[in-house]
Amino acid sequence: MSDRITRQVFLRRAAASGSVLTVPGILAACGGGSSPSSGGGTSTEAHKLAKTLHFSNWTLYIDKKGNKHPSLDQFQAKYGVHVAYAEDINDNASFFSKIQPDLSSGQSTGRDIIVMTDNSRYPSLLVKKGWVEKLDKSAIPNIKNLVPQQRHPSWDPNRDYSLPWQSGFTGIGWNEKLTEPVTTMGDLLGNKKLKGKVGLLSEFSDTLALVMAYNGDDPSKITDQTFNRAMKTIQKAVDSGQVRAFYGNDYSGPFAKGDLLATMAWSGDVVQLQADNPHLKWQLPDTGGDIWTDNMLIPKGGDAYTASVYMNFVYTPKIAAEIEDYVNYVCPVLGAKEALIKQDPAVAKNPLIFPTKDMLDNAHTIDPAALNNEKWLTAWQNLVSA
Amino acid sequence: MRVFHRKRWLTPYLLLAPGMLWLALFFLVPLGFLFYQSLESGNIDFGYAFTWAWGNYSSAIRSYRGQFERSFEYAGIATVVAFLVSYPVAYWIAFRGGRWKNLLLLFIVAPFFVTYLIRTLAWETILSDNGFVVRILHDIGVLSPGGRLLATGTAVVAGITYNFLPFMALPLYVSLEQIDQRLIEAAEDLYASRWAAFIRVTFPLSLPGVVAGTLLTFIPAAGDFINAELLGSPTNHMIGNVIESKYKELLDYPAAASMSFILMAIILAMILLYARAVGTEQLTG
Repeated sequence: MSDRITRQVFLRRAAASGSVLTVPGILAACGGGSSPSSGGGTSTEAHKLAKTLHFSNWTLYIDKKGNKHPSLDQFQAKYGVHVAYAEDINDNASFFSKIQPDLSSGQSTGRDIIVMTDNSRYPSLLVKKGWVEKLDKSAIPNIKNLVPQQRHPSWDPNRDYSLPWQSGFTGIGWNEKLTEPVTTMGDLLGNKKLKGKVGLLSEFSDTLALVMAYNGDDPSKITDQTFNRAMKTIQKAVDSGQVRAFYGNDYSGPFAKGDLLATMAWSGDVVQLQADNPHLKWQLPDTGGDIWTDNMLIPKGGDAYTASVYMNFVYTPKIAAEIEDYVNYVCPVLGAKEALIKQDPAVAKNPLIFPTKDMLDNAHTIDPAALNNEKWLTAWQNLVSA
Repeated sequence: MRVFHRKRWLTPYLLLAPGMLWLALFFLVPLGFLFYQSLESGNIDFGYAFTWAWGNYSSAIRSYRGQFERSFEYAGIATVVAFLVSYPVAYWIAFRGGRWKNLLLLFIVAPFFVTYLIRTLAWETILSDNGFVVRILHDIGVLSPGGRLLATGTAVVAGITYNFLPFMALPLYVSLEQIDQRLIEAAEDLYASRWAAFIRVTFPLSLPGVVAGTLLTFIPAAGDFINAELLGSPTNHMIGNVIESKYKELLDYPAAASMSFILMAIILAMILLYARAVGTEQLTG
C-alpha cells in the first residue's frame, strides 16, 4: 500500500514541477516486479505496472521513425513497460464487431487501450454496456492538460472512461490540378463538371453533418424533419450520378489517383496526402464542417493502471508534440503547440493541426442521440449500401 | 486376427470420423447458432432475445429483394463468362499442352498466390478513369466520353469473373484431361466431323467438370461482397454487402443471420434444380 502512495506522490510531483520522469525504469524498480497484463481489475494488482501494454490504434496514427515509434520507446525506457502496438483499427464498425464477441461473453479482448471515434455510436455503447474499465485518474495528473472543450462529452461527462487521442475535421478535399476549388456542399453535390467524380463518406455522422449544415439545419440537434431533408439532398445527388461512391478510409486512393475530383475528406489525411501530391487541397465548406474526436478507452479486462500511466505519458506536452509532428491531426493536449513550435514551427502553425478559432466556430458536432437512432441508421445504411 | 476381423466394420467409421467431427464442430454447430440468432429480436442497446421472429425473414426479402436479385444476376453472368473463357483454355491445355501442361496450369493458379483483397484492389487501378483500359476504350469509341468502368456493374462482374476463374478452369481441365483420346478418334473414324465429335463425345464427357466448375464459381460469387464494395458504387451492391452492413454497421445480427439463411436456401434450391437438370451422377463424376 505504501508503495502505491509513493508512486502516486511521485507522479504528482513530477507532473507539478512540469518535469518528466527521467530515471529509466525507476517505477519498475521501486514497484517490485510487474504482473502480466491479463486480468487486472482487482485492487491489489491494480497499481502494479504490467510488463506489456497492448495498444490497438488506427493506421498512421502515431509518430514513426523507420520501423520505430520513438514515443513508445521513450515510454518503455521510462517505465519499463513494453508497448505491443497494433495498427488493427480500420474503421469503427469493423473493429467493434471484432471485439464485441469477447466483450459480450465477458472475456478479455487482450487489449489494454483501444481508440474509437465519438461520432460513431461505439464509444457511448461501450460505456453504456459496461464494456470498458474506469481510468485510474490518480495515475493521470496530466489530465489537466486536456483542452477545455473536450472535458465534458455527453457520453462520458467526467471523462471517467476515456481520453481524447486526436481530433479531426471533416471537410471537402479537391484536386487543384483537375478542378476549380470546391468549397461548398452545393458545388460538391450539384456541379455538373464533377459528375461521377465526387466521393462522400460512408460514416453516418460525417456526411449528414455537412449536408445538414448546408441545408441550414442544425446537425447537433437532429429531428425527423431535418434528417429526411438531408437524406433527400443526398439521394438526389446519388440518383443524378453525381456521387461515385461512399468511402471509408479508402477514399484516399481514388482521390490521389484523380478518379475523384472532389470528395468529403478528413483533415489529417489530406495533410499526409499532400506530402506526395501537393495538388490536393482541403477546406471546411462555407456552411461548416464537422469535428470529431478519437478516444482512448480501456476495454474490459485491460490493465487500467498501466493504460492510465500511458495516457498520462502522452498527455505530457513534449510527447504530445512529438506524436503531433507526425500524425498531423488536431491535438487535444494544452501546451503541445508551444512545445512543437520549438521542434517544427511549420507544423505548429498549420491551422489543420492547431485550428484557429474561426475554424472551431465553423465546425459542428453531430447530435449524439442520432448515433443510436435505429431508424435513421437503417435508412442511412440502405442509402449507402443498397 | 480374430479381433481385427471382428472390428473391421468399424474401419469406415473411423476413417469418416475426423471429417464428420470437423463438419459438426465448425459447420453444423455455428449454423445452429446462426439459425437461433436469425429468430431473435431486439437491438444491441437492450440486448437480443429469442422470440421466433420469423418476421426477420419476410422483412429481409421485402426490403432487399433488389440486392438478392442483383447477386444472382451478377453471379450468373460471371459464371457464364468464366465458363466461356475457361473452357477453351482448359481444352487447349488438356489436349495440346504437352510438356508445358504444368507450367500453363501454374499460370492459371498464379493469381492465387496474391491475396484476394490485393487482386481486387489491383483491378481498381486497372479500371481507373485515368488508366490505360478506359483510355483505349474511349479512343475506339466503346465508352462514351465521360463514361467509366470503375464503380459500375460491369467492373463488379469483371472482378468476380477474374477472382473465381481458377475455380472454373481447374475442374474443367481435370475432367477434360481424363478423357480417353481414343473415344474421340473412334468418333472421327465413324465419320463424325470434329465439331460433332466435340458436341457428342468430348463435351458430354467433360460435364462433371462443367458442373463442378459452375458450382464452385456461382456459389461463392453469389455471396461475394468485396468486388461490389471495391469496384462498384452503391447502386451495384449485392446481398453480401447488405449482410455485412447489417452485421457491422447496424449491429442488427438477427437481420444479418436471416439474410444469410435466405441466401443459403436459395442457393441450395438452385443447386437441386441444376442437379436434376443435368443428372446427379454428373455431380459426383
